[in-house]
Amino acid sequence: MSNPTNSGEPLVRVDGVEKVFHRGAEEIHILAQLHLEVPAGEFLALMGPSGSGKSTLLNLIGGLDRPTKGTVTIAGERVDQLSDRQLAAWRARHIGFVFQLYNLMPVLTAERNVELPLLLTHLSRAERKKHVETALAMVGLSHRAKHFPRTLSGGEQQRVGIARGIVTDPTLLLCDEPTGDLDRKAGDEILNLLQALNREHGKTIIMVTHDPHASARASRTVYLNKGQLSNVPVA
Amino acid sequence: MKFAHLIWGNLMRKKLRTSLTLLTILVAFVLFGMLCAIKQALIGSVALAGADRLIVRHKVSIIQLLPISYQARMARIPGVALVAHQTWFGGIYQDPKNFFMQNPVVPEEYMAMFPEFLLPPDQMKAWQQTRTGAIVGRNTAERFHWKIGDKIPITSPIWMRKTWEFDLVGIFDGRDKGTDTTPMFFRYDYFDEVRQTQNWGQGLVGWYTIRVKDPAKAAEVAKLVDQEFENSSAETKTEPEGAFIQAWANQIGNIALIVASILAAVFFTILLVTGSTMSQAVRERIGELGVLKAIGFTNGQLLGLVLAESCLLTLLGGSIGLGVAWLIISRGDPTGGLLPMFHLATSDLVVGAGLSVALGVLTGIFPALQAMRLRVAEALRRM
Ligand SMILES: Nc1ncnc2c1ncn2[C@@H]1O[C@H](COP(=O)(O)OP(=O)(O)OP(=O)(O)O)[C@@H](O)[C@H]1O
Ligand SMILES: [Mg+2]
Repeated sequence: MSNPTNSGEPLVRVDGVEKVFHRGAEEIHILAQLHLEVPAGEFLALMGPSGSGKSTLLNLIGGLDRPTKGTVTIAGERVDQLSDRQLAAWRARHIGFVFQLYNLMPVLTAERNVELPLLLTHLSRAERKKHVETALAMVGLSHRAKHFPRTLSGGEQQRVGIARGIVTDPTLLLCDEPTGDLDRKAGDEILNLLQALNREHGKTIIMVTHDPHASARASRTVYLNKGQLSNVPVA
Repeated sequence: MKFAHLIWGNLMRKKLRTSLTLLTILVAFVLFGMLCAIKQALIGSVALAGADRLIVRHKVSIIQLLPISYQARMARIPGVALVAHQTWFGGIYQDPKNFFMQNPVVPEEYMAMFPEFLLPPDQMKAWQQTRTGAIVGRNTAERFHWKIGDKIPITSPIWMRKTWEFDLVGIFDGRDKGTDTTPMFFRYDYFDEVRQTQNWGQGLVGWYTIRVKDPAKAAEVAKLVDQEFENSSAETKTEPEGAFIQAWANQIGNIALIVASILAAVFFTILLVTGSTMSQAVRERIGELGVLKAIGFTNGQLLGLVLAESCLLTLLGGSIGLGVAWLIISRGDPTGGLLPMFHLATSDLVVGAGLSVALGVLTGIFPALQAMRLRVAEALRRM
């Protein structure tokens, strides 16, 4: 992996990005001339009203969607120019996702869920097992490895989700409202975990949230409103 | 296979639905196996027919008899290597339900004509030395627990309306898997002698079998034979053995067509049932498929996952179904004699296996394509 901080280049650079959705004949402009730079090692919180396009922006950075206009550069790579196939491989290598609703496979145990991203690598069975154990230990769920998601609490499921997100040691961890469905206590545990991943393991994290309590844990917060980002909340 | 857990887990997600679909497929393949066995029993011998053999029968119908004098005339026709005759005896052993064929034949020429019947030489010799001697195929011998030396009473409602008693001197086996070892053969000279004493039907035989010297000229020889007996009191119709057996089977209907149409209807139903199971399975996990894509699964991998699931389902149902069919069929002819060649051919098993894979691909392909074309960002919104 290149180390963009040394060259002064941010890990994530979003430049002049526009996103237009089509709903029938209607054009919906979500992002307009949006700029964002995230240096490696940052824990960034992304806030904004519902429908402002936070998830849309996260999807563009994570290579799940392409901008209508503008460029998205991650670790020196023009993500907006990759083909579907290249994007899939790129995501597998560089991005870890954590979703609001955990999105675990209900038919797989916790450890099998965490193993999923590793199935796309060339790691042997034994190596995969080791990585899974490490990731589950990091989120404090080693003792729940053989449990199915439906037998876990929401907070535990989200910790499995985070373990799945970090098991490949991705360049960037993207979290879309990771505490949105949890109570305060479970939410705090998740935030502690993300903070530790950022501080102790140097993970670069972008987290979408509605909760000021959550954004307070981040190293920086940006606000999305009317398609633009700013450093202060808009009333 | 790294993804086995995921495929299996997905298949077992709705256990009841999967079991019901599996059961449907299973039943269809049992039916497939049974119908194939019936088809084999009815027309399987067509494939085993000798390419160098012709059957000569009365032009009007198979039940009209031909003079024994034809044999010598046929033997003189160029291209004819050997002539043998047989006659429908239609006898009953104890009970009319115990059906099997009995024919009076001339031992030497008949066994030379049909090398697929294997009779030990000493038993052949015994048969030649015993006027009332008879030989029977392994299948029937085992069915009635006959041993060499037994006296076998056969009542014929056609010939003399009396009970004939034969001495069992030999038991023959089949050379090929499909060879019919149900018939019984006894000596024509004994048969004709009895007819002479009653002065009824003597010198008449049912039909002839000819071996031609060159199978390529079989059609020419057949024409020459029919010409030889043109304008006589008993004109003939000569055709290859395979065509003869086919015509015989066709009296019951076009078996292959009937079997094919029943199966087509059954498999069309399965296609709908399994297809709807699979598309439902994909529809209810759009979000999960979106997550897999987000993690980095490629379109091809998702296509493969869904196809593997549908193929696993149909292969499972297909192989259990064929297994059950095989178990039932290996218990033998369910009609007790009417379908002597009732068996599940290897070729039918292969077709069945191929069919189950094809079914898996056909039912999986559209949901799989749907899964593949999913836009991740949209799929995730549907969680
Ligand atoms: N694929 C799409 N097609 C059409 N419209 C879309 C699509 N994706 C998002 N939108 C619209 O874009 C807008 C922004 O959506 P987005 O999900 O990014 O908002 P958000 O800021 O994440 O909101 P929330 O806080 O409720 O999650 C919404 O109005 C949404 O309806
Ligand atoms: Mg959102």
